[in-house]
Amino acid sequence: MRYLSALVRILAIMRKEFIHIRRDPRTLAIVIILPIFQLIIFGYAVTSDVKHLPLAVFDQDRSAASRALIDAYRTSGYFDIAFYASSHGEIAYLIDAGQARAGLTIPPGYGDRLARRERAEVSFIIDGSDPTTANTALASATAIGQAHGADLLQTALRRGGTLPGVLPGVEVRTRVWYNPNMVSAYYMVPALIGLILQTLTALLTAVAIVREREQGTLESLIVTPIRAAELILGKIVPYVVLAFMDMLLILVVGTYWFHVPINGSVTLLLALAALFLMSSLGIGLLVSSAAHTQQEAMMMAFFTILPSVFLSGFMFPIASMPPVLQWFSKVIPLTYFLVIDRGIVLKGNGIAILMPQVTTLAALGVVILSLAVLRFRKRLE
Amino acid sequence: MVNQAIVIEADRLTRRFGKTLAVDGLSLAVERGEIFGLIGPDGAGKTTAIRLLAAVMLPTAGEARVLGFDTRRQAERIRQAIGYMPQKFSLYGDLTVRENLDFFADLFNVRGAARRRRLDELLAFARLAEFTGRRAAALSGGMQKKLALACTLIHSPQVIFLDEPTTGVDPISRREFWDILSNLHVQDVAIFVSTPYMDEAERCSRVGLMYAGRLTECDTPDALRQLAPGELLAIWTPQIMQARAVVSALPDVLEVQTYGDLLHVFVADAAAARPRLVQALAAANVPITEVKRTSPRVEEAFISLITGKRRPITDH
Repeated sequence: MRYLSALVRILAIMRKEFIHIRRDPRTLAIVIILPIFQLIIFGYAVTSDVKHLPLAVFDQDRSAASRALIDAYRTSGYFDIAFYASSHGEIAYLIDAGQARAGLTIPPGYGDRLARRERAEVSFIIDGSDPTTANTALASATAIGQAHGADLLQTALRRGGTLPGVLPGVEVRTRVWYNPNMVSAYYMVPALIGLILQTLTALLTAVAIVREREQGTLESLIVTPIRAAELILGKIVPYVVLAFMDMLLILVVGTYWFHVPINGSVTLLLALAALFLMSSLGIGLLVSSAAHTQQEAMMMAFFTILPSVFLSGFMFPIASMPPVLQWFSKVIPLTYFLVIDRGIVLKGNGIAILMPQVTTLAALGVVILSLAVLRFRKRLE
Repeated sequence: MVNQAIVIEADRLTRRFGKTLAVDGLSLAVERGEIFGLIGPDGAGKTTAIRLLAAVMLPTAGEARVLGFDTRRQAERIRQAIGYMPQKFSLYGDLTVRENLDFFADLFNVRGAARRRRLDELLAFARLAEFTGRRAAALSGGMQKKLALACTLIHSPQVIFLDEPTTGVDPISRREFWDILSNLHVQDVAIFVSTPYMDEAERCSRVGLMYAGRLTECDTPDALRQLAPGELLAIWTPQIMQARAVVSALPDVLEVQTYGDLLHVFVADAAAARPRLVQALAAANVPITEVKRTSPRVEEAFISLITGKRRPITDH
């Protein structure tokens, strides 16, 4: 009999809990939407497949043979011919700027050498910043070249002829730029800076403002002469300071423990981090104007952090994602900051190369922040 | 011509929340140095009315002006000159008494020697001088309200809005609170206070009765007391329900109200009705502890109005 009353009591709590859930539409929405979200992300974005890597090609030979080689790379699916460069310098620039992940240089006389049944060399440069992509790129570059060479050999043999002393073929000389040993930490640690900055500022700002609303102290503040902008600024600055302290901590630990080399200017990194913060603070403010409780604020902030982690190129290459998700990553501020961040740390990029990302980040920041400030009203609803 | 004496005015102020009409066409005018009490049952719209007047919330229709400034368009001017104490304790629990006061002093730009003087004053009359280092969350309910009042008064506002400032406060603290308000009244500050306590209504210059979003009566306490029907007899009896049944059936009884073991009976002529009441109760075997003639307070008038049981005074 005792167990029956225990069961009844347990059921009473369960019933009450279901009522709470039913009457909290936001939590319900998240419970339904989140798995779908995660399915899409894990199905498409989280991929160790490396495909459609942007490749820059410097074809100095311009023969039918060189075009055949380029085609071999294209049809493999691993590379997209993104640029036809006209100099070594251009390839270097494209890789530095992150617009190409690999560069193929075909020297003059490539076709002739093949015609003479000699070995022809081509040079393949890979951006080693992201070790996962780099490894696959490395393997595929060599494999595709060799497969192409084997094809040529087969064709040659079918036409009949003697086997020469040295087997003709294509030799792919690979070089890995930046992070030549492809240490994972070198890629992840700088990216972590971006992630922490975004998480901290968006989440803590949202919670800080909503906390005032939840505790009722917002009502006391409304009747003082304080302006909306003053309140917002006063609220965000401490979290910005905290975020910067965290950033420096990560840099220090990264440098001294993980031995991540910082090839660029730390000052520039900090300055551009401040620019990035405009966007994440704006997101935090937007969330705070929509949430009524701290719990809601945290859930909504988390919801914006999730796509940032998976779709910004933090772990998984954007190039390998389906076009829809690639489009999505274009509106995520972290995407641009990661290029800036890794560019400065791993490639020693200066502001000149990073201008496209800087301007986009600035534009995003201004838009989001303005929207957030406009929505913040000094009145009770 | 703007009447300088009128510091708060509302003209058909209305506020809707979805389908609910919280405040319905509120119109009033409060003068400098007045204590205006807004009384009414729960859900009458008192808190919303105060929020509209203090420019904390926008009305759906109608206008309100405080110190001549429009609450919709000139809210910031109003905020510099008024004090507002919300119903729920809305100070910072994890800040100390002193830190809370300093914070609001900063926001209201009260600085330097003026601040020190003002803070000493406020701490003295709020009797919080020994508790400056205590966190606000660790104060008793009464002390919290007094701290909230102190923060409201830091910038010496000319008009203050208090939303149920003494609810949940012990009787002694309530009295101290009203002593503070009387002091301000003397200094010509206009006080707009909402309260569920009828005895506090007696201390106001004018009282407004609010019911279902409407201001149904608005007059001095004296005038309001007259609205109670007839004269009042108070009967103490242990069998209140039976007594009520017996008395309600009598012909010259205008209205009956119960208070625990006390019966308030409204009659046209107390002297004449009294022996008849005593007789009727004795006949029904209802014991009477005491019978007394009393004067109606605002409370009786209010209950009478709310229950809408006003019957015409019959002529004898």
